[in-house]
Amino acid sequence: MSDQVPVTVLTGYLGAGKTTLLNRILSEQHGQKFAVIVNEFGEIGIDNDLIVGADEEVFEMNNGCICCTVRGDLIRILEGLMKRRGKFDAIIVETTGLADPAPVAQTFFVDQDVQDRARLDAIVTVADAKWLSDRLKDAPEAKNQIAFADVIILNKTDLVTDGELREVEARIRGINPYAKLHRTTRCQVPLDAVLGRNAFDLDRILEIEPEFLNADDHDHDHHDHGHDHGHHHDHGHGLKAYHDEEMQSVSFRHDGDVDPNKFMPWINELVQREGPNILRSKGILSFKGENKRFVFQGVHMILDGDLQREWKPDEKRESKIVFIGRNLKENELREGFMGTAA
Amino acid sequence: MTSPIKSLTANVTLLETGAEVVCATFLGRTPAFACTDGTVMFSDIGEERRITVHPDAVTLCAQSDGKRLVSGGDDGRVVSVSQDGTTSELANEKGKWIDGLTLGRDGATAWSITKTVRSRDAKGEVKSREFTSSARGLCYITKGYRLAVTHYNGVSLWFPNMVGEPEQLKWAGSHLDLTASPDAKFVVSAMQENSLHGWRVADKKDMRMTGYPAKTRSFSWSHDGKWLATSGAEACVIWPFQTTDGPMGKPPRECGVRAARVSRVAFHPSALIVALGYDDGWVMLCRMTDGAEILVRSVSDPGADKKGRAISSLAWHPEGKRLVYGSEDGQAGILDLP
Repeated sequence: MSDQVPVTVLTGYLGAGKTTLLNRILSEQHGQKFAVIVNEFGEIGIDNDLIVGADEEVFEMNNGCICCTVRGDLIRILEGLMKRRGKFDAIIVETTGLADPAPVAQTFFVDQDVQDRARLDAIVTVADAKWLSDRLKDAPEAKNQIAFADVIILNKTDLVTDGELREVEARIRGINPYAKLHRTTRCQVPLDAVLGRNAFDLDRILEIEPEFLNADDHDHDHHDHGHDHGHHHDHGHGLKAYHDEEMQSVSFRHDGDVDPNKFMPWINELVQREGPNILRSKGILSFKGENKRFVFQGVHMILDGDLQREWKPDEKRESKIVFIGRNLKENELREGFMGTAA
Repeated sequence: MTSPIKSLTANVTLLETGAEVVCATFLGRTPAFACTDGTVMFSDIGEERRITVHPDAVTLCAQSDGKRLVSGGDDGRVVSVSQDGTTSELANEKGKWIDGLTLGRDGATAWSITKTVRSRDAKGEVKSREFTSSARGLCYITKGYRLAVTHYNGVSLWFPNMVGEPEQLKWAGSHLDLTASPDAKFVVSAMQENSLHGWRVADKKDMRMTGYPAKTRSFSWSHDGKWLATSGAEACVIWPFQTTDGPMGKPPRECGVRAARVSRVAFHPSALIVALGYDDGWVMLCRMTDGAEILVRSVSDPGADKKGRAISSLAWHPEGKRLVYGSEDGQAGILDLP
């Protein structure tokens, strides 16, 4: 575990400010050395850091996953970088503005050699407060990048009014209510908001509650789900959210155990069938007869899950799953999940 | 195991190279180790010599033909080193990484920089070709000046001195490392999907060799060309190539089964004995005829709970009396057979 170098993936549509954020990270006095994998050599300060050019070579895996694409160049570059072991503390991968984050993320799930040496820390998406709303309408790439993000840097907030800012945030939340969102100008965020997030560490998936920036809007109501097997759809509640016609997130909760012999076949079949539409998934589950929590996460068709810590004596045993994706069939997903109840 | 493992560990001279060994070899009679820190270490009797080949850079790949050791660095340089330690720069790709490298029997050298492959003949004439995707696996095929190149969706057979499109061996997926049988009848690639794909060159007939838990990164042909030893499993998987059909319909042999993965393989130059390096740092010799195993190096440090790092290179001296190995954590050794 400690041997694995953390990798932060930096995405964002053209002009959102990726290079600004990258320069910010590299110029800060943090005592760390980075290896940076970029597609375009821009104006990047590289005094102490190692910079490597990449060419986003995406290819399909012949493993039965029709949507399973990986970055071949990244596998090759990471292998070469690891020969410098000990000479840098973290790796940052900057993608092009039109890139889909999925192949980068999937590379870390699919390739064992990469997994042995590096771990995906988080997907950080830089968004332009002024133009994101428009891009969400006309650029599917921008939507993918928001849907995939663990951390969203909503940049250039000084160029919009408060009303416009609330609207663009609501649009982001309509797609991805789970990412940490930071409002910035010139990408001024503390480094620990971007690096060392452990967003893909199963042990760190403690909560999958929607993350709202504004506590006043945080009007959770978890008490009204007793009937109908206690399941619950969190999407948009307590938040002014624009429903995105294409990309949504849905979550379901069951007040109790699920049967692993029903759940595992269901989730596996689901991601095989709907994987191209499901961008990310996460869940914390209470398995019948198991005193540890089962935690899983997925990217398209690839699932990674494990038994985690034990349920605490004072903790309510419940099962909850979240999907972020395109044209999700909410009723079908709900029925499927509820059907796995123990 | 029916008999206790015999050991030759007392016949091993241990060395520390200080960095991961990319290529352990013999230059003439002298053991030499190309390391990731850009140096080559020579181990003469009674003294060690070290030269810097890639200053302030990393050696990414290196190959040896017994007369010279050629290395490619992340400084973009391809450098040839001879037994006496003299170096000559064969190419300078100006800071681009040398991703793949191979040597031909007649003094040719080929290297790749992402999609670009260059082949330099013994006289120093360089030919270049662009491929449609990264080309990392390179292997000269005997009989003529011909280079096999892996890329996405197959292998190209390129005659550097001929105009025209290379011959294509197609198979969907990403092909990484590459080997060709000594008689040039078969080409075998290692794929991203933990499997091998082979072609009979004459008619491009496909051969799938699957069942590996990890990628194959090391190949070795037996001296008679009838067997192909491969890494990537918890045993050395050896495919039969005695007939014109290659291994099709025939199960592979396995030897050196352990609870660790084989990381490097090297067939003895004149006997059916294969040297195996494992990802926990062990080295063994296995005799194919009866499966007998002889231990060359074991790693055990129970107090520290420390596992050895993978063996990253293995090579026999052409006379078959000596073996060199090197590991990812800079441990190397020279075995002298009794």
